Amino acid sequence: MPNLITLKPRISANQGIPSIPIRTTLDNSTTVQYAGLLHQLTVKAKSTVRDIDPQNDLTFLRIRSKKHEIMVAPDKEYLLIVIQNPCE
Amino acid sequence: MGHPEIYPLVLTTKTQEIFNCRVDEDVTEEQPYKLIKKEDIFADFANRAAVSDFYPVKKIVQEYPGDELLLVYDRDFKYGLNFYLIGTEEGKENYLNPPELPEEQEEYKDHIPEETYIYKPPISKPWVSLGSEKEIEEESVKESTKQITYMISRKRSEFGAPIKFSDQNASSVKDAYIECTAYPDKNFTLKQLERDVGMQVVPQIKETSTQTRWTCPKNATTQYYPREFLEEEKEALGQSKTLTEFLNSVCTSVEIALQQNEIMNTFIHDWKCLAEEEGTFGDKTDTHLKEYQSFTDLHSLTEKMITCVSWHPVIYGLIAVSVAVRLSFEERVHFSGKLLLQPSLILFWSFSDPIHPQLMLESPDDIFCFQFCPTDPNIIAGGCINGQVVMWDITAHADRIENIKAGGSRSKKVTLKPMFLLEPESNKEEMYIRHCAVSSIESGHRKVITDIHWLPDTFEINRLGNVFENRSGISCQLVTCSADCTICFWDIRPQKAVTPQPQAEKKKEESIEIPFDIPSTFLHLDLSWKPLSKIRLSKGETTLDHCPTKLSLSEDNLLYKAQEKILAQSKAVKAGEMNPYQNLENALSNILKPIDDFCTKFFVGTEEGEVIYTDWKMERDPETGRFMTKKPVSLYTVHDGAVHTVQRSPFYKDIILTVGGWNVAIWKEGIMTGPLLQSCCAPKRYTSGHWSLTRPGVFYIGREDGYIDIWDLLEKTHEPAQSQNICITMIMYIKPWTFSAKQQFIAIADYYGTLHILEIPWTLSHPSTNEVSSISHYFEREVKHLEYVEQRKNIREQERREMELELEKKKVKTFQKSKEQLEAELKMDYESYLELEKNILSNLGLTKVKDSKSYMELI
Repeated sequence: MPNLITLKPRISANQGIPSIPIRTTLDNSTTVQYAGLLHQLTVKAKSTVRDIDPQNDLTFLRIRSKKHEIMVAPDKEYLLIVIQNPCE
Repeated sequence: MGHPEIYPLVLTTKTQEIFNCRVDEDVTEEQPYKLIKKEDIFADFANRAAVSDFYPVKKIVQEYPGDELLLVYDRDFKYGLNFYLIGTEEGKENYLNPPELPEEQEEYKDHIPEETYIYKPPISKPWVSLGSEKEIEEESVKESTKQITYMISRKRSEFGAPIKFSDQNASSVKDAYIECTAYPDKNFTLKQLERDVGMQVVPQIKETSTQTRWTCPKNATTQYYPREFLEEEKEALGQSKTLTEFLNSVCTSVEIALQQNEIMNTFIHDWKCLAEEEGTFGDKTDTHLKEYQSFTDLHSLTEKMITCVSWHPVIYGLIAVSVAVRLSFEERVHFSGKLLLQPSLILFWSFSDPIHPQLMLESPDDIFCFQFCPTDPNIIAGGCINGQVVMWDITAHADRIENIKAGGSRSKKVTLKPMFLLEPESNKEEMYIRHCAVSSIESGHRKVITDIHWLPDTFEINRLGNVFENRSGISCQLVTCSADCTICFWDIRPQKAVTPQPQAEKKKEESIEIPFDIPSTFLHLDLSWKPLSKIRLSKGETTLDHCPTKLSLSEDNLLYKAQEKILAQSKAVKAGEMNPYQNLENALSNILKPIDDFCTKFFVGTEEGEVIYTDWKMERDPETGRFMTKKPVSLYTVHDGAVHTVQRSPFYKDIILTVGGWNVAIWKEGIMTGPLLQSCCAPKRYTSGHWSLTRPGVFYIGREDGYIDIWDLLEKTHEPAQSQNICITMIMYIKPWTFSAKQQFIAIADYYGTLHILEIPWTLSHPSTNEVSSISHYFEREVKHLEYVEQRKNIREQERREMELELEKKKVKTFQKSKEQLEAELKMDYESYLELEKNILSNLGLTKVKDSKSYMELI
């Protein structure tokens, strides 16, 4: 069951700048794609949680699809993304 | 109320007192009336004026002519109130007088029914008008006004002259007509104040278009690349403290998530897993084998029976059948001359042509078993009745049989021609294919070869039975067993050791002209082929040996899985490589590596109904120093007749089905205590059997009365699940084959030489979910059951021994008892003797004894 891990930081100064991968086990292009898309999604999820209850905060995000499960752990500066294949 | 002179009144009690007409006192039922003077009423008027009860009828009273008025008590409220006044004299008189008449009338009426009815003809009475003449007047039509008459006359001069009529427009002549024009009358105009109307709101759509002006057309492209850190930056960041902190904090939640996924597979679609089958083709309730086609060789002269059936491993719809003459041994000897003239054949039948076989392989004598080579379906090996092994190579004709499905070049005449109008010789010549090699007559088998198998291409055997790797990638070895109690291993490659004598023989053969159409693949083997090793199944000291009928090696089910292998290999061949069978000599030069711990044991079924599990490896006999075959590992006599089927299950490598005599047995390799399942004796003899290729728990058994029993171990294990009649005679061979997931056929060969092809229905060919595991569980249970039986046997043995010991102990006890008894008896005897002695002595006159005796008597 392959477990793919990527680590990315976020330059906390500006919100508009997308996250840049530090370390990854995937190939470059896929990493970049995942980084960009998931970063936006994480921001959206975080804002959603905050809108509903300002004292709440997003701790973990899990997206389950037909083929994979994507787990995102956000932080102030960094973002950890894990992509997992289902066990058969 | 037809009496206008009656005026109802209400009289109060006061009034009643005044006029002495109190109810039930002055005025009673018999005399309900009272005559009241007019003057009294007037006095009442004067006294009480409007209050008087007579006030409403004041006028009547005043106008009343008479002096006294009649007041009647209306007991029944006939006129609505409790009294009524009669306002006229006549009425008064009528009232006072008529009461008599009704009485008379009543009396009169009583008398009438006694008399007979006298017929009174209807008397015409004057017509009484009831208003109907008015209706009639209204309905009748009368002229309201007098009709105007016009008399038109012509001038006398014009009498008789023709008349001319013409049309004229009415408006052209003035006052020719009078019209009533319609005009809007204001009285009749209606103003509509309410209207029912439906409305719908539609968005307003506006379409506009613009065009920009491209002032300066210029091609431009952009390219971007994602921002990335440089390596050093990456390293630096990787070492940073914040990163480690972040990882530490996040680690736990990620681990939890991963563990969750590990524990349970969230991607299982439970609904789909619940379903048994996706879609069934055909009726689910249909469990019968459907007749698809049947093949009979109609051109043969004698009656033939089919001895062996094999589907072509690659080509769809091609089945090969070996036929033999249906004669007993004595008859064969008797007709031997005649039999020599007829060729013994293996026929290739195709679904497209039920009358003419596609190919006919000729052999020197009747073939009793044959098999396609698993690695090259154009090589066929067969075993003859005389003990020879025959080889065919049909590579040259392969293209002909490959194109059968597409129709081919053969004529489509399906009409059967009589024998003397056979097809032209040239056509027949093409179809006959002569064998290309036979084994040596002296060194091969002596009696009929009952079973032949190709060894799989994964290993090969040497003389001593040691197993080696097979580098050549082809099946090059055969194993045969025959009725002369031997099992032989053959190698189709040319032997290395060449002695001068065989060479001379070879030269002789070379001088014989070889027909041109036989391929030279196995020329080296022809007539000089010797077995690689021979194993004799001896029964120990006695000369009688086991007579093997069928073999089952450990990798026997290769043929079914060989399809993909052959296809891959044939592709490789076509790619330009040479057919390895053409260069068999090269194969020998490889130095082979021995395979260790290979299972060299195999199952053999014999004529006497025994199932033997033995080893083909030779071992050194310590006494003679020669290599001898090992003794069989286990031997079981389970069947009552010859074992004709020993077959491994296509699903489990260690489950073997043996059919023979009147019953069926299933064995597991390694369990030495007995068969896992042994059926009870069937009413009819079982003559053939085969596992199903797709369902692990199903196998087919053919009977001697032409019925096929289909056993399903999941349904019943004590008897067949269903039975179906195929033909009228004994079933000789059963061979199922899978062409696709939807189509599965079973070939059944009978004693009269007919090959029936039946289609297996969906229920029998498609396994249910987890059938493999269920059947393996069943076998495991059976193994446990056998172990339990063994244990019970031991326990019973122990019990028996204990019982025997007890019996012995009992015997010993009784023996001892009798000894004691004896002693007691002896003692008694002795005492009685002493007594006797004393008596005698006393009688003889010995006083001492007497004294002692009297003393003793005293005591």
